[in-house]
Amino acid sequence: MSDSPKPFGQTQAKPAPATPLNPRRRGIIIGASKGLGAELARKLSREGYSLALLARSGDKLEALCREINGTGQSARAYVHNVAEYDKVPALLRTIVADLGGLDLAVFVAGVNYPPGGIDKYNFENDRAMIEVNLIGAMAWLHPISEMFQSAKAGQIVGVSSVAGDRGRVGNPGNNTSKAGLTAYLEALRNRLTRHGVNVLTVKPGFLKTEMLTAALGPTPFAIEPSKAADDIFNAMKKRRQVIYTASIWRWIMLAIQHTPSFIFRKLTF
Amino acid sequence: MQLNLNTCFTTLENFGHSLKSSSYRIPIKKKEDIYEAFQLAKKLGLKVTARGTGISYNDASLNGGGIVLDMRGMNQIVEWDSTTGVVRCESGVTLEQMWQRVEPDGWWSPVVPGTMKTTLGGCLAANIHGKNNFQAGPIGEHVVEFTAMLPTGALVTCSPKKNADLFYAMISGLGMLGVFTSITLKMKRIHSGLITVDAWHVLNLHKHLSDLRDHAADHDYIVGWLDAMARGKSLGRGQIHGARQLKEGEDSNPQKTLQLSYQHLPDRFFGILPKSILHYFMHPVINNLGMRFVNMGRYVSALRAHTFRQSHAEFHFLLDYAPNWERSFGRGGLIQYQSFVPKETAEDAWREMLELSHRNGLPSFLGVTKRHRPDKFLLTHGVDGFSLAMDFKVTDKNRASLSAMLQEFDQIVLNAGGRFYFAKNSETTAESARKFLGDDAISKFKKLKRRCDPNGLLESDLYRRVFG
Repeated sequence: MSDSPKPFGQTQAKPAPATPLNPRRRGIIIGASKGLGAELARKLSREGYSLALLARSGDKLEALCREINGTGQSARAYVHNVAEYDKVPALLRTIVADLGGLDLAVFVAGVNYPPGGIDKYNFENDRAMIEVNLIGAMAWLHPISEMFQSAKAGQIVGVSSVAGDRGRVGNPGNNTSKAGLTAYLEALRNRLTRHGVNVLTVKPGFLKTEMLTAALGPTPFAIEPSKAADDIFNAMKKRRQVIYTASIWRWIMLAIQHTPSFIFRKLTF
Repeated sequence: MQLNLNTCFTTLENFGHSLKSSSYRIPIKKKEDIYEAFQLAKKLGLKVTARGTGISYNDASLNGGGIVLDMRGMNQIVEWDSTTGVVRCESGVTLEQMWQRVEPDGWWSPVVPGTMKTTLGGCLAANIHGKNNFQAGPIGEHVVEFTAMLPTGALVTCSPKKNADLFYAMISGLGMLGVFTSITLKMKRIHSGLITVDAWHVLNLHKHLSDLRDHAADHDYIVGWLDAMARGKSLGRGQIHGARQLKEGEDSNPQKTLQLSYQHLPDRFFGILPKSILHYFMHPVINNLGMRFVNMGRYVSALRAHTFRQSHAEFHFLLDYAPNWERSFGRGGLIQYQSFVPKETAEDAWREMLELSHRNGLPSFLGVTKRHRPDKFLLTHGVDGFSLAMDFKVTDKNRASLSAMLQEFDQIVLNAGGRFYFAKNSETTAESARKFLGDDAISKFKKLKRRCDPNGLLESDLYRRVFG
């Protein structure tokens, strides 16, 4: 266990023991330091979750944990690079022990490296997207699914993207990673629903985060990540299966998915 | 041990279904399995708790995110000597298994709680008591010897003479010093499968407690039912059951009454309604209004004092009467708050608590009283006085106010010189525990823990809550 990152600094405090009159749900957010992950952490802690927050950037995580712990809720930071798959099993064990159980896993970690033009190719970037967005999700959600299936309880939330609904000219690597993630989450759902475990796939459109600046071209219907976090929490409560946020993307993507290939081939987005 | 821990992950609950916690559950069949689990826990940096049938009201056998040893597989009655009444069992043996083995030979367990579903290991870890606590003490006083495995892998055998410090600490020690593997108990002679019960009503709290005190001497067992919803002059009213074992010759046909078939709890009500579905019918009544009528009806029917005979199982195991009755408390489940208060201060303390519960609109649906005496186990809950156990329904709406009220209860009990019981109360804080146990007892316990468990492998949710 010595090589697994330990929570540090102000975030050492373990969550208060759960009692019948002070029940705690316990969640892990993979990719929590900024953007949607950070907003989800704020939202879920307000809703009474004790959280383990994971990200590569220790400083940001530390600040977020301090903010959450300052409100009387409980969050602990764990520095982790999703692409270091070998470290997942031991770290997961530590986190579940620190939290005192596990009821929720949220996978938000994702990178997006647009190639910078519809005729540009960059294998290294595409590979990194697959390694984080897809294989990273599998590295975490495999053991968690196995645990939830065994416990016959739990909820998994995977943040995919509208980008996974269709392969487009702009960013083939990203489309592929998100399409893979969407299919993976659906497969988990089909495996786990019969064991009482809910799997929610989230497909955000544009969010007003760092990723927005990375996008080429216009970014219609962009929403604040806090709005997306509220949508996700409501969907979790209703145990829904797939949501778009903002919800208008359901209809936009319906149109895009049904656009015939002979037209789609000629488009430049 | 070839184990995929992920597929051991299990949601475990307390008896009242008011607390859930997920852990890696490892089935234990023999004592070597315990050692392997300790090794595994040490390697992975996980904590370990032993669990029997999981029917304590709180977090005593929960260990969220850690390893839970499922002791139910270690359930052999190793040796039974019907001439001396000494029985040696593995720790996963339940009281049900044990009494069914010894009763036909004319013996009965010297101490039993309100349910027969507990394992002996759990009974010793909590040092359970029965309705005869005022004279027989807790179950620990009837243990001839036990063997336990320490987290180091060492097996220790303890008796009141041998390793006495560990004997008096591991019994009552909540499973935090070691895991019981073998337990030897001395049974008590009985001359009939029946027991004589006197039942009479008491008008108020003062009469309730004075009757418990004054009538304990002429009974082997005494227990009171307290209508916790009655107010004003009737506060503390209820019914007392005092019971005596039959003497030799009192039962004209002990051969017949000692048969197991004579002891079985009926599985149907009124001969038709299966008890297994009873909790569905109870559910609509388990609320403030419904329980007021139930308690009132119960009191009215108690007005007639009478004496009757009933089987041992019927008298002792009230909690097993309606299977899954705890389910009738609904989704939020139930908790029990039990306080042990010296006889001099009990009346005032409980009057204050009962009135507080009425003012808050959070009455207990069921109150049970008993007479107690002190004992010399390290984490004892015994007092020269009485105990009052109160059941509360937990709902999403009442959690915060119930929690605040129980913290007030704790202060009242502590000010009255009272104690708490670690198999029951789920909300006792570390501070309250320190106040009633005293710094000496706690430092002695922690010192023994460092000696038995140098790596701190044994931890339960309860341990983290009150000693963490």
